[in-house]
Amino acid sequence: MSLRTLGRAALALALVALLLLPLWVQNPYYVNIVSQILFWAIGALALNVLVGYAGLVSLGHAGLLGMAGYTVGLMLAADHGHFAAIAAGLATTVITAAIFAVLALRSTGIGFLMITLALGQILWGIAYRWADLTHGDNGINLSSRPAPLGFSLATPSAFYYATLIIFLLAVISMAVFVRSPFGASLRGTRDQPRRMTALGFNVWLIRFLAFLLSGFWTGIAGLLFVYYNQFISPQIVALQTSAEMLLMVISGGTGTLFGPIAGAAIVVIMKNVVSAYIVRWNLVLGVIFVAIISFMPEGLVPGSMRLWRLAQQAVRGQQKKSIGHPLGDRRS
Amino acid sequence: MSALAVQSLSKSFGGLRVTTNVSLTVEPGERRLIIGPNGAGKTTLFNLITGELRPDSGSIQLFGRDITRVASRRRAHLGMARTYQIITLFPRDTILRNVTLALLGLSPLRWNPISNLDRQHHLGARAHDALTRVGLAHIADRPLSETSYGERRRVEIAMALAQNPKVLLLDEPFAGLSVDERRGVRELLSAIPRDVTVVMIEHNMDVALEFAERITLLHFGEVIVEGTRNEVVNDPRTREVYLGD
Repeated sequence: MSLRTLGRAALALALVALLLLPLWVQNPYYVNIVSQILFWAIGALALNVLVGYAGLVSLGHAGLLGMAGYTVGLMLAADHGHFAAIAAGLATTVITAAIFAVLALRSTGIGFLMITLALGQILWGIAYRWADLTHGDNGINLSSRPAPLGFSLATPSAFYYATLIIFLLAVISMAVFVRSPFGASLRGTRDQPRRMTALGFNVWLIRFLAFLLSGFWTGIAGLLFVYYNQFISPQIVALQTSAEMLLMVISGGTGTLFGPIAGAAIVVIMKNVVSAYIVRWNLVLGVIFVAIISFMPEGLVPGSMRLWRLAQQAVRGQQKKSIGHPLGDRRS
Repeated sequence: MSALAVQSLSKSFGGLRVTTNVSLTVEPGERRLIIGPNGAGKTTLFNLITGELRPDSGSIQLFGRDITRVASRRRAHLGMARTYQIITLFPRDTILRNVTLALLGLSPLRWNPISNLDRQHHLGARAHDALTRVGLAHIADRPLSETSYGERRRVEIAMALAQNPKVLLLDEPFAGLSVDERRGVRELLSAIPRDVTVVMIEHNMDVALEFAERITLLHFGEVIVEGTRNEVVNDPRTREVYLGD
């Protein structure tokens, strides 16, 4: 079976499994786990726009996530409706992303990483220390989840389906973006920024717009996060979250569509499921990452594809030998 | 009106003067060769002309328009294209996609985040035309990582030609090529139509001299000699700094 047919079959299977998940997974605990995987995957896909396609490694995305969450929490606490809270949450996140971008895009590489790290830490500091606004370590509770078009998202499966719809929209929009002319321009600025300038591209503006796109989807992930937990505290704005998001992208495969999703699944499952059985789950997570980086430095998804191709070639080679083709396999 | 007019251009990196009071005028359709020993400031001059570097003083005009303060990317839109001495291509893409990117750079389509780039057939057709001109159309879909050095040199030229420039700046287009490959590149350069003004930096005197109509000799960032091919070749100062006789 070719990799493409196999991929399509796996994709269709995964889609059916996701659509029917609350039916075959009766336990709401596991439905909730998959919801978490899905919104973290949106966050990882958002970060991947910068890390994978722009070649800009950000360690400040927890700040953007928190900006969306805190805005919603504060708006609801001030008795504005869900619609206003969500709109404000997205707006503040995109504006924050714009400020991040203007400051961080003065540099690339390590410089970019350090500036985003510092900006993320500033937001964490505000969440933690500006207690009059954010209630500091106590965090903010949300009284309810929204009910779009009259459907309440209070139950695990209702929230799961809402998350799934948004997740699928995110995946489709990323797939469209990647193959678009703007996506090609962005990847060009990653590989040869000098050449891109000489060819007539505005490298800075392309990166800036990519940052806004990344910020927008990080905001969406933040909204889902805060509504899922109905609570937000400085913990989620901390550097640990930014690092975990980056691990999702890198372990799954940067610059791929499905890598960040796989990475999100690994991290969430480790944190929630394995931790129930193994106290030192962090150790298991660490071992898994070391294994991925050792055997598949390009990430889990592209790495598995490479190994599959190698295995197929090996099998084909065996068959050729037993038939004894006079010219051997020349197509490889 | 001159195609390219550089006046009293100077540039220093700290205490090192890499370009000193350089003036040169290239007429439309002219083939100009810039020669000089290593470190003479030839590539720096190109970087100043294309805007990758900002001059300390002096001015640059493109068809009578002052572009000294115009952003590098805008100069591409005004009809200036260049190739690089050190090959600067997109290694993860195919040859065709490399040239398509060059076309995209001048197209408003480059901001489009929705349509499928592979379905932009007019871009694909124009990229194919450019590859035909450099003799690479038959391997257009080959990943760049699977091409030879000589083929990459041609991709460099195809990308510049695809943009339909008025002024084409070639930075050592023969560098690292075998004798046969050089002959091929020379033929494709001589096929460039006369409405394109060509300025070329080249070390390899055999191929370059044949191509050039006028020659500018740079040494330590200064113009030492300028004139027709014979004038420069026969000038004693040329022999002194460059030909080493």
